[in-house]
Amino acid sequence: MVSHGPIERPGDHVIAISGSGGAGAITAGSILLDAAAKSGRYGLLTRSVGPQIRGGEAAALVRLSDRPLSCGAEKFDTLIAMDWRNIDRFIAEIPLSQDSTVIADPKAGDIPDAISQSGATVVEIPLQALAAEIDNGRPNMVALGAAAALAGIPSDAIIDVIGKKLEAKGSAVIEAGIASVITGGAAAADAMPCPPAHDGTRDGAERWVISGNEAAGLGAVRGGVRFAAAYPITPATEILEWLAAGLPKLGGTLVQAEDELASINMVIGASFGGTPSLTATSGPGLALMIESLGLATASEVPVVVVDVMRGGPSTGIPTKSEQSDLNIAVYGFHGDAPHVVVAPLSVSDCVFTTSWAVHLAEAMQVPAIVLSDQFLGQARAVIDRPADVAFIGRREIAAQPANDYCRYAVTASGVSPMAIPGTAGGRYTADGLEHSPSGNPSSRGEDHAAQLDKRRNKVDGFDYGSHWADLGGDADAETAVLTWGSTAAAANEAVSATDMPVRLIAMRLLSPPQTDQLAAALAGVKRILIVDQSHSGQFQRYLRAFYDLPGETRSLHRAGPLLFGPSEILQALEEWS
Amino acid sequence: MSTSAQPAQLKASDYKSDTKPVWCPGCGDYHVLLSIAKALAEHGRPPEQVAVVSGIGCSSRIPAYTNCYGFHGVHGRSLALATGLKVARPDLTTIVAGGDGDGFSIGGNHFLHACRRNIDLTYIVMDNRVYGMTKGQPSPTTEPDWDSALSPGGTGLRPFHPLVIALASGANFVARSFSGDVNGSARLIYEAIEHPGFSFIEILSPCVTFRPDEREWKKLAHPAVVEQTDDPARAARRIMTDDGFNTGVLYRGSRKPFQAHTESVEATVTDLEKDFVL
Repeated sequence: MVSHGPIERPGDHVIAISGSGGAGAITAGSILLDAAAKSGRYGLLTRSVGPQIRGGEAAALVRLSDRPLSCGAEKFDTLIAMDWRNIDRFIAEIPLSQDSTVIADPKAGDIPDAISQSGATVVEIPLQALAAEIDNGRPNMVALGAAAALAGIPSDAIIDVIGKKLEAKGSAVIEAGIASVITGGAAAADAMPCPPAHDGTRDGAERWVISGNEAAGLGAVRGGVRFAAAYPITPATEILEWLAAGLPKLGGTLVQAEDELASINMVIGASFGGTPSLTATSGPGLALMIESLGLATASEVPVVVVDVMRGGPSTGIPTKSEQSDLNIAVYGFHGDAPHVVVAPLSVSDCVFTTSWAVHLAEAMQVPAIVLSDQFLGQARAVIDRPADVAFIGRREIAAQPANDYCRYAVTASGVSPMAIPGTAGGRYTADGLEHSPSGNPSSRGEDHAAQLDKRRNKVDGFDYGSHWADLGGDADAETAVLTWGSTAAAANEAVSATDMPVRLIAMRLLSPPQTDQLAAALAGVKRILIVDQSHSGQFQRYLRAFYDLPGETRSLHRAGPLLFGPSEILQALEEWS
Repeated sequence: MSTSAQPAQLKASDYKSDTKPVWCPGCGDYHVLLSIAKALAEHGRPPEQVAVVSGIGCSSRIPAYTNCYGFHGVHGRSLALATGLKVARPDLTTIVAGGDGDGFSIGGNHFLHACRRNIDLTYIVMDNRVYGMTKGQPSPTTEPDWDSALSPGGTGLRPFHPLVIALASGANFVARSFSGDVNGSARLIYEAIEHPGFSFIEILSPCVTFRPDEREWKKLAHPAVVEQTDDPARAARRIMTDDGFNTGVLYRGSRKPFQAHTESVEATVTDLEKDFVL
């Protein structure tokens, strides 16, 4: 299907380490990533795992680079296979060519057809036998040593990371790990040419290794969240687990709820009490929360829900990515319910976008949905420390309510000062029933119209600044790529890799629509390639609902789990020109 | 008045708002509102330090009829909302109120887990054994042979037993009252507020519009002639074998209330970020 060749980036090195579950492929991959970061490189680790909780197959896919990167690789330099069990299940995610090298353990049996047909050079290294020569030696650590040698990662960086990662397991395990890594490195150097070790110089700036889910948790607390409610769901649980450990240290709390109906109402209750609050879930959980998100809209209680999207509908493919919750996030509420929908554009951007969502929710007293996805959430990336962004404007509080205090007073901005329980003179009942400005239930048409207008005005009239989208490429180009959320990473790489003049518009703010901003960003454009990861092309339909798009449009869309790579986007652009 | 003077004694009327209830004449919920106001006056916290949280249904309209901070949320989720509020704001006295449909049908799962979690909440269910706001359908506590348009000839289903379920699920205080006994209910509500952990009070509150037969309840309700117990097995046996109109504190436990996990030394967000640095 991909006739455009994979995009090559000089200096990149892409390695997969695979094995059956429990073999330690993921551990080896994450040590490799950390060590690469320590020696001054950037990188991204994604995992391909089977549905089994324990056992089954696992592959760590590691892309290393001299530049920051936020999408996975389309072509692998090296596959290190500890065994061949279930390799067919994930070999499609590890594209190999005649330029690739496959390191195989002769003990693992015959080379599978999928490997030999790829044209890759197969090099045999007896991972198991070499590990067996070391006390407590492990084949995954031998594989790691070979991977590090092939990627040019200095051994002191690997040894340093092993010491930290395996600290809890004791010095014997650390020593065995180090010996295995050295053995694996020497075996790789004997078997094939290895590059010189990366010189390890760093510019001195702080560098992090973080997953998108951890980044969303951090964005939440940076934004001021001090209460979270949690119901576990793949692939969002890590946000909640990070907050469970982090919030108590900040004087906050996380409560595990009995279901998502409870978790959304818990955050509404906590926020009503004055505490910025958040929960995280995936599509099925968001569906359960939608009724109460309508309550948050009507009662004007700020809350944030992070939806780490997975393949849907229903249980779908819980461990794989898709962008198919755009429709429910934008249109799912009953009634006319203005709210905010934002989407992070990279692992690193999960910090900014989640903290921005907290700010937007608090400043406008609305629910905000953050559409992350499994790819962003569970990828681990080496990033520069995300900048601290101080947003102007917080929740407007009625600290000393006057005698005629009205919780839902119709104001110019639509935002009404909120009395926090405990404040004398501010008593009111927050209500999902339509109400008068005082909060008293009302079925009068005038009150309904006034409150609907107020709730619409506060969201439509807000100044979202330049954060609504990231604009890239050639601002004068007649061709544009228009995308949103995590697909921005592949689109960005595609636009950077071509000489064609192309504008890139990656939307971070989906609701409310930013019609004037998009019109300005598209001025002079004759062709728009719309890219999203959904079966029905939800993004194109969304754009057609809210925006006037100039020129011709084409939609490049596909369901998960196979994510768009840069070359597919580039191919679609080249075919069109 | 000198600044050292004691604040004026708060009266029941200080806890009631001017909003006119939507309830039918003769509804038991008027009495429950009065009992709550009396209990709060005895408890003595100023109205702004009290929150009343509810779901949907006739009785769930009650927060706006008090002079406290209120939240009239969605159907069945009042306990979850109040859980978030109380954990985030343990300083507030938090009362949850609603009906049998709201609490035991659509909200049944939250009832179990609120009992189990044992957060310091007082949960008052005005049980009239009918959905009144939707004009007369059977609820989980309705008798099996009660005829209605939605269940002609009756549901044929065994009624839910909220008090036993509360006990089995870990509620720390279980009581029953009758709405017509305003002072008795007020006393129980006061005791429930004062008791640490999750307190559950079922108040039999007649719906004279759709269940005119419930006017008889005032003849049937009677104080429990037994000693209070902290033994859940004994309490369960009593509750399951009594006539359903035994009022009073039926169980008073001493299980430790939910305590939010907090660290003794407060960190900053920058401290948390150190985990990501290589």
